[in-house]
Amino acid sequence: MKHWSVPHSKYLIMDKFQIVTGIVVPLDRANVDTDAIIPKQFLKSIKRTGFGQNLFDEWRYLDHGEPGMDASQRQLNPDFVLNQPRYQSARILLARDNFGCGSSREHAPWALQDYGFKVIIAPSFADIFFNNCFKIGLLPIVLNGNILDQLFREVNETEGYTLTVDLQEQVLTTPAGERVEFSVDTFRKHCLLNGLDDIGLTLQHADKIREFEQKRRKQQPWLFV
Amino acid sequence: MQTLYDKLWDQHLVHTESNAPDSMALLYIDRHLVHEVTSPQAFESLKLAGRKPWRVNSILAVADHNVPTSGRDFGINDPVSRLQVDTLDKNCDELGITEFKMRDVRQGIVHVIGPEQGATLPGMTVVCGDSHTSTHGAFACLAFGIGTSEVEHVLATQCLLTSKSKTMRIAVEGKLGLGVTAKDIALAIIGRIGTAGGTGYAIEFTGDAIRSLSMEGRMTLCNMAIEAGARAGMIAVDDTTIEYIKGRPFAPQGGLWEQAVAYWRTLHSDTDAVFDKTVSLEAAGIRPQVTWGTSPEMVTTIDGCVPDPAGVTDQGKRQNIEQALKYMGLQPNTPIQSIALDKIFIGSCTNSRIEDLRAAAKVIKGRRVASTIKLALVVPGSGLVKQQAEQEGLDKIFTAAGFEWREPGCSMCLAMNDDRLSKGERCASTSNRNFEGRQGPGGRTHLVSPVMAAAAAVAGHFVDVNELDAPRMP
Ligand code: SF4
Repeated sequence: MKHWSVPHSKYLIMDKFQIVTGIVVPLDRANVDTDAIIPKQFLKSIKRTGFGQNLFDEWRYLDHGEPGMDASQRQLNPDFVLNQPRYQSARILLARDNFGCGSSREHAPWALQDYGFKVIIAPSFADIFFNNCFKIGLLPIVLNGNILDQLFREVNETEGYTLTVDLQEQVLTTPAGERVEFSVDTFRKHCLLNGLDDIGLTLQHADKIREFEQKRRKQQPWLFV
Repeated sequence: MQTLYDKLWDQHLVHTESNAPDSMALLYIDRHLVHEVTSPQAFESLKLAGRKPWRVNSILAVADHNVPTSGRDFGINDPVSRLQVDTLDKNCDELGITEFKMRDVRQGIVHVIGPEQGATLPGMTVVCGDSHTSTHGAFACLAFGIGTSEVEHVLATQCLLTSKSKTMRIAVEGKLGLGVTAKDIALAIIGRIGTAGGTGYAIEFTGDAIRSLSMEGRMTLCNMAIEAGARAGMIAVDDTTIEYIKGRPFAPQGGLWEQAVAYWRTLHSDTDAVFDKTVSLEAAGIRPQVTWGTSPEMVTTIDGCVPDPAGVTDQGKRQNIEQALKYMGLQPNTPIQSIALDKIFIGSCTNSRIEDLRAAAKVIKGRRVASTIKLALVVPGSGLVKQQAEQEGLDKIFTAAGFEWREPGCSMCLAMNDDRLSKGERCASTSNRNFEGRQGPGGRTHLVSPVMAAAAAVAGHFVDVNELDAPRMP
């Protein structure tokens, strides 16, 4: 990754991903789609921030949410896991298969991040969602089903359960000191750790892109009219 | 020996650091489609970073999600929706981007207008901040949905930073039965492989049942590839593809046309190409499909019943079914045909093209929407589809039957405008997602084909379109 690894202040954009230790909240449900993560009425915003209060809106509140409502005046659904006192200020979300399926809306990772999540752990993620997370500095971790079942069990049994996520070492540590390794793409890891802006990195290849474009213009001129 | 996907990948590869299978690569993007929901933040950051779009004429923009489908002359009521559409207009005007504005007859759902204009051409890479960009794969394009950060990345660099997918071939052989459509193939596939079955794959659809589909049908199928978890779906070029493109406004002409066609003819998988996975289906075995749950994989046939979670041993699956049935207000073992409906929606980027409207109109002609149906909507995919349908008199057939005939847009597919389900309302919908709240909070969606939606409108409940015996007026 030699060309992509030049850290230069110009390319720093996201917060660098540091070691995260935080409360874990279990969302025991497969196929959580992006409509559930952030319902469409909130996609009308033209900003990137402020989505956290509407994360999982339809599950989290008993009333129907619309943009501009004061969240502190709304009635919380006490049965929804995020509202339980023991999971307040959670930083790590434990989820099930195919998390983030559905639309490509980046508002979904924005909402998770704005709420305070730094890490999402699931046995599988939908492709676009998975991609989008990295772009904004949210870390999605894929763990196999057995380990995940164990984590779900431990979280449910232990109030105040935390995990420590060390991206550099690619390992999570349970309160009992058990270490679980995870894998992550080298380039993405590098960008997260250094808070790099991949547009800046790509533009380092501007000459190559131009050259490619010229060749293409010759071979397939109809694409450029 | 290459798959179609490999060919498209190689054609667009600008740079890669290594040949490792999952290594990140820069892929050149030929066509960038833009809509109002996922672009404002991208344009804003682009501006803040002092950057400009790399190649303005690769971009085609349209507002579709927020636009009203009636009373357009009065503008958009909801100020938040209006701001989003205005922001797109402003960004496009400022940067010189081609945009079909709300009152332009060419306006419509982004995945309908791209192909309709010939802005989607074989061999292209097509991206859009929208997961259903997979639709464009029907033209042997490498087309996929991207997030807003990636929209900005493509605007700024004309490239996407991505890694190669695995390849899956889904072969559908034989002849489809009467009343069975591309939508039923799509739902049957998802029922078979699941909504995560295609995760990590680019799917190519092959087989004579696919080749005999029209371009509209192929778009319906590729559109739903994302519901099977695949970022991209694609179909090889053949005469049907080339016929469809010929003469469209953005399509090449004269000498360039000949040159393009010669290249397009190479866009198919080589006969001995190897796929990472192959799935086969018999077309004759596919029955009209109806979803019963809150994920497109929760699907059965028109002759089927709602499943009984009691018989499911896997705890996770059982819970999913229980949750879905609770939300959908359905009892286990209910025959699909006995499910009564409140609303009917014919539209969305899956099924709002002229062929879809013709097929539905054929079922509706001379019949009436059942009195128990509160609202039956037809929302054409674009202004041009609407115009064409009106020239053929389809609007009259629908309105005479009691349907409302609307202006183009996403409409009740995701209910960002005023078209939506109320809590507990049940809808037969030709769209692509039956997620909780998708068509309105508490709304219950059953995904079906246009002919099945039309039949349900007449009967008031689901019925096999081949068995619909409601009399027709002369
Ligand atoms: S019609 Fe529905 S699925 Fe298609 S682009 Fe619009 S909202 Fe998305």
